[in-house]
Amino acid sequence: MILLVLPIVIPFITAIVLKVLPYRPRLLHGVAFAGALGILVAAITLLVRVESQGTQVLQIGGWPAPFGITLVADLLSAMLVVMVGIIATAVTAQSFAGVDPRREQLGYHTLIHVLLMGVSGAFLTGDLFNLYVWYEVMLIASFVLMALHRTRDQLHAAFTYVTINLIASAFLLTAIGLLYGQAGTLNLADLSIAWAQRRTPALDGALAMLFLTAFGIKAGLFPLFFWLPASYHAPPPAIGALFAGLLTKVGVYSMIRVFSLLFREPDAILYSFLLVLSIVTMIVGLVGAAAQRDFRRILAFNLVGHIGFTTVGIALWTPFALGASIFYILHHMLVISNLYLLSGLILRIRRTTDLGALGGLYRSRPALSILAMIPIFSLAGIPPLSGFLAKLAIVASAIQANQFILAGVALTVGLMTVLSMARLWQEVFWKAGPDEPDRSPLGRVMPIPVIALATLTLALTVAARPVFDLSTRAAEQVLDPQGYVQAVLGVD
Amino acid sequence: MELLLAVVAGTLYATGIYLMLRRRLAQLIVGLSMIANGSNVLIFTAAGLTRGKPPIIEEDAVGMANLDGAFADPVPQSLILTAIVIGFGVLAFSLVLAHRVHASAATDDIDAIKPEPT
Repeated sequence: MILLVLPIVIPFITAIVLKVLPYRPRLLHGVAFAGALGILVAAITLLVRVESQGTQVLQIGGWPAPFGITLVADLLSAMLVVMVGIIATAVTAQSFAGVDPRREQLGYHTLIHVLLMGVSGAFLTGDLFNLYVWYEVMLIASFVLMALHRTRDQLHAAFTYVTINLIASAFLLTAIGLLYGQAGTLNLADLSIAWAQRRTPALDGALAMLFLTAFGIKAGLFPLFFWLPASYHAPPPAIGALFAGLLTKVGVYSMIRVFSLLFREPDAILYSFLLVLSIVTMIVGLVGAAAQRDFRRILAFNLVGHIGFTTVGIALWTPFALGASIFYILHHMLVISNLYLLSGLILRIRRTTDLGALGGLYRSRPALSILAMIPIFSLAGIPPLSGFLAKLAIVASAIQANQFILAGVALTVGLMTVLSMARLWQEVFWKAGPDEPDRSPLGRVMPIPVIALATLTLALTVAARPVFDLSTRAAEQVLDPQGYVQAVLGVD
Repeated sequence: MELLLAVVAGTLYATGIYLMLRRRLAQLIVGLSMIANGSNVLIFTAAGLTRGKPPIIEEDAVGMANLDGAFADPVPQSLILTAIVIGFGVLAFSLVLAHRVHASAATDDIDAIKPEPT
């Protein structure tokens, strides 16, 4: 199945080509955009194939499963790779107009494609150590993107970001070492069999916590989220969109994948712990957002809060709840990336994202204001937008699991998101603001990705039923890893 | 031997965490690299030590029912090799970054180099 390797190889080749090309903006943009589009096309083809023919497996180098590195695409992986393609295309397109030539000369587009390679690899790999390697590929690219074109603010943000992520990597590596010592394999499918036979209660608990810490840091889960609002506002908004849309979701995805194969008991202490963490994450994120006075900082706290919603489904561990979580992840990737791109437009027009200095945009740019309502109110969960359906599914699954406190918290946090987003829209667009002309023209290219992602949000709203069905099927696949194991190891 | 290496790994972790809590740029980076090396020693030890044997099944061992101890496990060796290379790259990057932060803030006290409040 050569298709499986394409979402990794396309950005890899694109990155190399971008690196060796001479600096000519148009050429660079063309190659970068073609690469991003290539990922999207390959990913959609992959999803169609997985949807019709079941889980796809590629044994790299022809080495059979437990010995070589395996790439696996089940529905969950394939759907997430499609999202990588979508966000890559949107972010690359906005970068053409939104990023200064200095950054582009320093290898901005090359780094983006290296990062995309890492993210696709993490979604597709079927090997735990390989997952760690993709994490590092993704992290090193993100470190450099964070620190590129150093402003003082950005350097400090980058330093926080690098430190916490290195700690997370050390946790992951420790967990992998202990697991290998006990089980003697690192292939995820093989591990799920070997670990079931060799697990000991003491090691089990330690490993679960090590994985939870490592993935929790990446995902931005309470109490390990503080680095995220401290760093995501500093780089250019297009980078923020890329990081917010993809990197935290890799953490959530890894949790789903590793927990489903290694820690399968639904009533394990791990899941009650994760449930509590999710609830606190939701509350802390939205309370934090209420205290902020900057567009991008509000987004960062909202990002944290909504990660709580996506991990609820993992904690409840039923097909419906996990399906709701997967739907929530898809919706959130689209919307939060779009909001960061939107903040890029506003930064372009007004040279600031500080709410105090913004306002009055409704009068000067009514079309932009209406456009902005789609992602803002979708994140808020206003019916009938996709955010409402996603939140409804989470609350319904909480009630179904008799977790009434969770349902109450989710509803309250939903209300707080409405407040946070309504305040955002009101402050940026509605309130009387400085009646000044645009600082710099918006151009024709910059709004296109925002319009495209807003259209996709509307499409997700209209096509919610089939997408939700697909998410539920993906969840069922994840919860019953027999199919995954058989696909990887051959007929058993 | 396992016990000794376990103690070494533990000491590396402990020293790393202690150094990171000192809240100075240079110590932070040394601490990070110690933790990374601690996890390398841990992978090596946890996977089981085989003395004086290459990671190859020798000809006279082929057909033996129990291969335990007949060859060293090559997987942890390759894992550590990969982790060392990655760790080296990341360490080099964070050293440069720390140097830049130091140059812009003119101090190596982490508490004193917070970005301007907003």
